Amino acid sequence: MLSVKGIEKSFGGIKAVDASFLEVKEGGTVGVIGPNGVGKTTLFNIISGFDKPDNGAIVFNGENIEGKMSSEIARLGLVRTFQLSKALTKLTVVENMMLAPQVQQGERIWNVWLRPREVKRQEDENRERARTLLEIFGLLSMKDEYAGALSGGQKRLLEIARALMAEPKMLLLDEPFSGVNPTLTKKILKYMTELRDEGMTFLVIEHDMHIIMQLSDFIYVLNKGEVIASGEPEEVRNNERVLDAYLG
Amino acid sequence: MIEYIITVLLIAAIYAIFSLGLNLEWGFTGLINFGHVAFMAIGAYTTVLLNLKGVPLLPAVIAGMALAGLCGGLLGIPTLKLRADYLAIVTIGFAEILRFFLLNEGWLTRGPMGLHGYSRPFEDMIQGDYNFFLLLLVLIVLAVCYLMLEKLIKSPWGRVLKSIREDEDVPASLGKNVFSYKNQSLMLGSAIAGLAGSFLAFYLQYINPRNFMPMETFYAWIAVVLGGSGNNKGTILGAFILFSFFSGTRFAQGYIPLSSTQIGALRIMFIGLLLIVVMMFKPEGLLGKKEELTLMG
Ligand SMILES: Nc1ncnc2c1ncn2[C@@H]1O[C@H](COP(=O)(O)OP(=O)(O)OP(=O)(O)O)[C@@H](O)[C@H]1O
Ligand SMILES: [Mg+2]
Repeated sequence: MLSVKGIEKSFGGIKAVDASFLEVKEGGTVGVIGPNGVGKTTLFNIISGFDKPDNGAIVFNGENIEGKMSSEIARLGLVRTFQLSKALTKLTVVENMMLAPQVQQGERIWNVWLRPREVKRQEDENRERARTLLEIFGLLSMKDEYAGALSGGQKRLLEIARALMAEPKMLLLDEPFSGVNPTLTKKILKYMTELRDEGMTFLVIEHDMHIIMQLSDFIYVLNKGEVIASGEPEEVRNNERVLDAYLG
Repeated sequence: MIEYIITVLLIAAIYAIFSLGLNLEWGFTGLINFGHVAFMAIGAYTTVLLNLKGVPLLPAVIAGMALAGLCGGLLGIPTLKLRADYLAIVTIGFAEILRFFLLNEGWLTRGPMGLHGYSRPFEDMIQGDYNFFLLLLVLIVLAVCYLMLEKLIKSPWGRVLKSIREDEDVPASLGKNVFSYKNQSLMLGSAIAGLAGSFLAFYLQYINPRNFMPMETFYAWIAVVLGGSGNNKGTILGAFILFSFFSGTRFAQGYIPLSSTQIGALRIMFIGLLLIVVMMFKPEGLLGKKEELTLMG
């Protein structure tokens, strides 16, 4: 579903990413791990169009996406979340959700003025879907609060729920568990498992080994921008280079 | 006295329309436009020039709005993809270039002598105080602008603008073409400034480049910030407070034993003081929402 080949990216002469090969199959949950500052987020930024690679090819669903605008990539169904969670604090929780659906009649000025009924009908449908998702994520009681009033963990939940509102084919999650307490972490893990059972594809960055082992069916290990190991959780766990990278 | 009040309200209402355009750009989208007055000038000059060539007022006003909107859109193309400050610099430059163009291209604009002799809406049909009629007309236009903008702001389109204002990575990550929305906001805000320009021309009966000094842009900024960025009602309130105060003191000149430069300076000082006091006690502006200013991610 997603394949990344020969991606290179330097910042001021220092190589941040040099990923020779990375692949995600449809319906899979692939983990990306590695110590701090090895280029995991940069890799995500490149895949999702927020950064341009110096070199390399990215194919999503049979289409070359390197160099495309981030919004185009999202519209193709590849939706990301951010490491520093980006709930829109000055919008309400439900407004955050309603932002996400892709084709909204009311996103065109003329439709707002000239076809208010159609716009409203679609808004009602989307609001219903937002309610359902918020309920699943346990945020329904907060729906009319400003998102700025949520706790760090709730903001992460909101961000994932919002990404789902966009009906992605594949989700890129950048450390979805950081700053989240163990109870909420379990909750997020549970939703992810459910989503996977429904056929969602995931690429997840995480630097907690235990969580990623539990979650993924395939893992890439990054060190200094390069993929130093890959394989199923069992293989990676026992790989010496990985142990070296992690233990120093 | 009543004529005087009508004039004050008329000026305030015209600048309220003008400020609504800026509030769309800054208040809702976070765009920094320091050359808003240029679009007012484009609206005014286009309407007047076309009318002097025999074009009826309605199409002339629409053309003024369209040209102002188009210029806004063209300025947006090279700047909106860059950091926010580029738009600020380019718009401020554009407004000054345009003013010098109006001053120097005498064949078109009669330069500093300005233009007059154009018609005004329903001029022949109104008996009695024309300004009173014009005030009613401007208030209707203001109300229509307000309602249409409120409708937009509460729509999915407005939601995208607000998301851009807070953090444009989020709408981009959800498939929204951020550049396109910013440009739409800039075009619409500029078209509204153009509309205000046409009505300014109707009120003044005589326009020249001095009506479009850079300061006018900053008055609109004061109106928006005073009333509450991102709040259309607040912007209208801010514009009425500011511009009735301005034109009020201008008309009161005859009664106060100070020279006009002294009054001018006092006026600015007073506005500055007012702004400081409001920002100290209500940083979100008179009608702004606190949550939209203070809550941090
Ligand atoms: N915009 C940028 N300009 C310059 N250097 C950058 C930029 N973005 C990232 N880097 C550098 O690239 C390297 C990789 O950073 P990146 O954020 O991708 O790491 P990471 O693996 O996500 O780390 P963490 O686990 O801390 O999130 C770091 O050395 C970082 O300082
Ligand atoms: Mg990171």
